[in-house]
Amino acid sequence: MTNRLEVKQIDICYGNKQIVNNLSFSLTDGKIGCLLGPSGCGKTTVLRTIAGFEPPTRGQVLISNEVVSDQKISLPPEKRHIGMVFQDFALFPHLSVQDNIRFGLQGWSKKDQHDRIIELLAMIGMPTLARAYPHQLSGGQQQRVALARAMAPEPSILLLDEPFSSMDVELREKLAREVRHILKQENITAILVTHDQHEAFAMADEICVMNEGQIYQNDSAYNLYHKPVNRFVADFIGEGVIVPGMVVGGNTVNTELGNIHGLVPQGCKPGCQVDVLIRPDDIIHDDDSTETAVVVERAFRGSDFLYTLRMPSGIEVLSLVPSHHDHRINETIGIQLEFDHLVVFPRASAGENTAAQ
Amino acid sequence: MQISISKLWQPGIVLVALLLSIPVLTIAGFVFEPSGENWEHLKQTVLPEYLTNSVLLVLGVTAGTLSIGVSTAWLTAMCQFPGKKSFVWLLLLPLSMPAYIIAYTYTGLFDFAGPVQTQLREWTGWGYGDYYFPEVRSLGSAISMLSLVLYPYVYLLARAAFLEQSICVLEVSRTLGCNAWSSFYRVALPLARPAIVAGLSLALMETLADYGTVSYFGIGVFTTGIFRTWFGLGDSVAAAKMAALLLMFVFTLVVIERVSRRQARYNHTTNKYTQLPEYRLTGLKAILAFMVCLFPVALGFLLPAGQLSSWAILTYQDMVDEAFLRLTFNTVLLGLLAAFLSVMLALFLAYGKRMLATRSVNVSIRVAATGYAIPGTVVAVGIIIPFAWLDNSIDDFMRTQFDISTGLILSGSLFAVMFAYMVRFLAVSLQTVESGLGKIKPCMDDAARTLGYRPRETLFKIHMPLMKGSILTALLIVFVDVMKELPATLILRPFNFNTLAVRAFELASDERLADSSTAALMIVVAGLLPVIFLSKSISQSRAGSNDK
Repeated sequence: MTNRLEVKQIDICYGNKQIVNNLSFSLTDGKIGCLLGPSGCGKTTVLRTIAGFEPPTRGQVLISNEVVSDQKISLPPEKRHIGMVFQDFALFPHLSVQDNIRFGLQGWSKKDQHDRIIELLAMIGMPTLARAYPHQLSGGQQQRVALARAMAPEPSILLLDEPFSSMDVELREKLAREVRHILKQENITAILVTHDQHEAFAMADEICVMNEGQIYQNDSAYNLYHKPVNRFVADFIGEGVIVPGMVVGGNTVNTELGNIHGLVPQGCKPGCQVDVLIRPDDIIHDDDSTETAVVVERAFRGSDFLYTLRMPSGIEVLSLVPSHHDHRINETIGIQLEFDHLVVFPRASAGENTAAQ
Repeated sequence: MQISISKLWQPGIVLVALLLSIPVLTIAGFVFEPSGENWEHLKQTVLPEYLTNSVLLVLGVTAGTLSIGVSTAWLTAMCQFPGKKSFVWLLLLPLSMPAYIIAYTYTGLFDFAGPVQTQLREWTGWGYGDYYFPEVRSLGSAISMLSLVLYPYVYLLARAAFLEQSICVLEVSRTLGCNAWSSFYRVALPLARPAIVAGLSLALMETLADYGTVSYFGIGVFTTGIFRTWFGLGDSVAAAKMAALLLMFVFTLVVIERVSRRQARYNHTTNKYTQLPEYRLTGLKAILAFMVCLFPVALGFLLPAGQLSSWAILTYQDMVDEAFLRLTFNTVLLGLLAAFLSVMLALFLAYGKRMLATRSVNVSIRVAATGYAIPGTVVAVGIIIPFAWLDNSIDDFMRTQFDISTGLILSGSLFAVMFAYMVRFLAVSLQTVESGLGKIKPCMDDAARTLGYRPRETLFKIHMPLMKGSILTALLIVFVDVMKELPATLILRPFNFNTLAVRAFELASDERLADSSTAALMIVVAGLLPVIFLSKSISQSRAGSNDK
């Protein structure tokens, strides 16, 4: 497996303001990567640097093992052989669907252009709309045309800048899966920028969680949820509650919920104060259990309820329960703790990269 | 490469703004000039009259444009009555009539020797002095003429504001116990007020700038006063001081307009536009609404245009000769040149702003675009003073150094006229070009780049086709504005260089009203073109309306 994209230790500054700080990652052939983070974390800036719109102040960008950006050279975007899908699609309003797709195919023979357009229109499921103009299309159709246009010249890497953010929330995940399907079919290496974890999970193979110009964790969706490396990632991905605790033995942490077993970060000796992440799926509803909690709040989500429960000690946790267990507020219900993955952070380490699983 | 562009571009924009503000700065500089004998004399004799007349004119036009503009705007926005759809655009037609042209036309119709009074005498057998007939050449007539051609500014902005109001707030007021009239007074009108005030201030700027009408009617206001002081007394300092006084009034209006426009933006009650359920008028009410809308269209356009046409049919064979053709050629040439130059400048400024939105660029562009408010007379005086000084300096220098007299190479040539047009009309082309450029989002440039096009190719492939429409519109509007322009052309034109507007004005001033009609009619017909454009774009871009 060769690296299609390599970003090596880049810094990006606007004036005196440092936007991206010593950031590195790489993407192998055919993979879909994602830069996931809150707005203002620098993810779009990284993407624009890969595209060649912003020069890095330090570091290197390599596409297909060729240096396209470093301190000395910055290959202009039109020479990088990349495709890009923009947030509001940026379709050319004066060109029809087929001419938009044809736009990047300069230098191709008429016949090749024609064949490629037919192929792409079939791929995005719009074979009859070749002559339509962008303003006649729905949002979803415009998005697919933008994708086809970016893919048409067979770029070595496809960049997607928040491509679903102008769509209805209900549509986003569905579209993300559709786009993933198309990209996988064509074996395209792509990188997606988004602030929406559901989009990222639905589409990407590898996800870099970013904050304040740095990558905190580069991992699979599963690991980001179950093995976050620090409190920011734990907080940003999924739901959960952080409960204080104290290490009592080799692999045991004492919390208000009782003793919990699992791997404890290195350097946390017994007596060490720690924080434990409790996910809603760690608290199992069990009518027969002797341990109980009081329902404080409930949110119906269709197939399940997300209950907020108050433990006897007064601490509140979340619990995900199948929706046929319909409990009223103030009702006392039996629960059981089930930790497959214990996530523990040293108390002082909020926001730092020293964490463990 | 970007660095080298911005290095030249930014100072270029600042330079354009500085050059275009020369007239205003010159005039403003004269506020502190020691006042001469003439100024003291003027202050005691005619200045109070100019001031009173100007104020009365402004008040009268305010009343006239508001009553016509708001009532027609409300009727065509909120009511349904026979002919309403046509009135929406018919009401714009008077925009194509320069006030000075409508003024001679009505004079020809209504003065003692005109067809109306002649007919009256024929029917009644009265003679001169036997009956009362309102004096045509009066302040009241000037107010009527200006109101009839300037109300469309109020109508346009007020109608847009009424249409933008969510019908919900009107319905809420109905449920709270207001009837249709009181919800108009208590809700719709206050909400539309900033837009109405903005439209009114545009109409009043034109009123203060008017020279042709007031001069033809012999009314002493600032613009005619500047002319008289300059050419009659030959006192440039006093004329400039008077121009400075006028400028103060104008800037007050500019401030009012800008503030109102800003408020108008915040007065949007909702972003969701529903189709407006219109009040269906029947019977007497429908007839009344029809008459209210017909009145300004008939008096502001149909009647004068008809009169001009009938005069033109009578006289065109005598009038259209070689001299007339040269006149037309001059006018078209001047218009095309000015249109081309101002669009070039507008493109330069608009692209500069798009690429480098720095503070100095934004301020410069605002300064460069302020000229639309400055009366042509003031612009002309503000240009001729520094240009004449420059001409004399160059001439002196060349004479002493090389024994050549260069004469008036700037102030006596088309250069001065063209410069005045840039000052006056750059705002028009800039606004059109900017709105066109606004539709090309920066990400479209980026998209073209990622698809393999260099910046220059992006310009040709994306920008040119998308900008074509707005560039053509800008060319057209400036062309027509130049064609109608009177005072600045009158003062700055080179010796023996005439345009249609100047010729029509000269003939009319010589009481050859019928002879002036061919030139006047050509100006009106040209003026119809942008009005057609305007009404088209209005019907296409109206939120909450069902007519596509």
